[in-house]
Amino acid sequence: MPEIFAYAFMRRAFLAAALIAVIAPCMGMPLVLKRLSAIGDAASHSALAGIALGLLIHINPILGAVAFSIAAVLGIEGLRKVFGGYSEIAPVVVMSAGIGLTAVLSGFIQGGSANLSGFLFGSIVAISDFEMCLTIGLCAVVIVVTLLLYKELFFVTFDEEAARLSGMPVGAVNFVIMILTAVTVSVASRIVGALMISSLLVIPVAAAMMIAKSYKQTMILSVVFAEIFTMSGLFASYYLDLSSGGTIVLIGVVFLIAAAALTAKRRR
Amino acid sequence: MEQEILKVENLSFEYPDTPVLRDVNFTLYKGDFLGIIGENGAGKSTLIKIILKLLPFSKGRITLFGEDLAKFRDNYRIGYVSQKANSFNSRFPATVKEVVMANLYGRKGFLSRFTRADEDKMRAALAKVGMEGYENKLIGSLSGGQQQRIFIARALISEPELLLMDEPTVGVDARSVELITDIISKLNERGMTIIMTNHDTPSLVRAADKLLIFCEHGNGEFVRRRDLTMEQINDIFAGKRVHHHA
Repeated sequence: MPEIFAYAFMRRAFLAAALIAVIAPCMGMPLVLKRLSAIGDAASHSALAGIALGLLIHINPILGAVAFSIAAVLGIEGLRKVFGGYSEIAPVVVMSAGIGLTAVLSGFIQGGSANLSGFLFGSIVAISDFEMCLTIGLCAVVIVVTLLLYKELFFVTFDEEAARLSGMPVGAVNFVIMILTAVTVSVASRIVGALMISSLLVIPVAAAMMIAKSYKQTMILSVVFAEIFTMSGLFASYYLDLSSGGTIVLIGVVFLIAAAALTAKRRR
Repeated sequence: MEQEILKVENLSFEYPDTPVLRDVNFTLYKGDFLGIIGENGAGKSTLIKIILKLLPFSKGRITLFGEDLAKFRDNYRIGYVSQKANSFNSRFPATVKEVVMANLYGRKGFLSRFTRADEDKMRAALAKVGMEGYENKLIGSLSGGQQQRIFIARALISEPELLLMDEPTVGVDARSVELITDIISKLNERGMTIIMTNHDTPSLVRAADKLLIFCEHGNGEFVRRRDLTMEQINDIFAGKRVHHHA
């Protein structure tokens, strides 16, 4: 067994990262294709406020993150209706509120920003048994719901009006997408970091879209790419002593740029 | 006896402070082809959206397949094609097969998978629009006219009895307009009831056997084309109000 797997915390980190690499692109697909990528950012920054509150009142920070990011995505849906044609304002407003609240709450936490920073940039050493169970449970829910609603997610993402006319409960499907996005972002904040999770929602999907020849293939490839980014990122961060979240995201960005360059060359 | 498909009685609709439709009345039977004619903003698309339950109406009554519109749930009996070619995101990673088969989802359960019969339906729908063999192409790689034919195939896969089309040939090249017009005529000849709006009034008047002409006041004049004189048809082409006294 390689040295890296001799440590229980590393085995836990790999398992959690492997699960997150499945659910992040699954939820990133509808967001990217519906041009709602900014919602991932808003939800993750709001999750930070929940984490800060969790640390402050001594409840599990991931549970705080889940509650706040769900409130954030519901708030975004409400505000999108208020702003109508300028609905892209909504996630920016919610993200600002999340950052503001995080800044204020962090001032009251014992140990302050040091405790919070593990959640900002991701930390693999800190996953407790309870958090591991929570991660596995929430990831299982996201994976099962995504598989059950595969057809619905495709139709609502591709053409909401036609989906509604076919008798599909479009409002309910959109609600599920938002809630699962909030859960995904919260669960991933521990490993990848709240500031970087939205890139794990978007980058694998963006890379897959350049290569894939169908929706199904885009989904499968984006999960494969996310696994490559997270696994290689964890290895690199361990052996090079780098931040896990940052390494995962940077590998993803380099991969995306390479895929874009290759696609552009092929088209020429 | 003729099968009644759609009955619209005293239908009125208004946006805040702007009346659009006023006391619209007409009945369609199986195999009818209704062309809706009128200036931009006359209420043509509004009427289609009301029939599709995408807009609520303030007054009147609509009966679809003998059932009150509010209680109507058999969505698969209605097909809809809109001006997709213009609004479609060409980078969306979906194949023709995925797009067309999506319209079967409404009748499938959460866990159900597509069967061979569903795939046959998809191929039959593509054949009806002359796009057989394109099922594995990315929808974004097709021309605007081909994409619109795919969207017609998507509407046809659920085997609708009533097909509503809102300006289906907008932004489509001339050859595709011809093909699409031909496809619609063939569907109508096989007994499908059709409601269509089109910016090209002469071609719509030629294809339809019933016309709903929206003039000022939004109350729409419902006529059979065979009851119109050449002079009245020319008036319609010229955008003048038809003086019809049936």
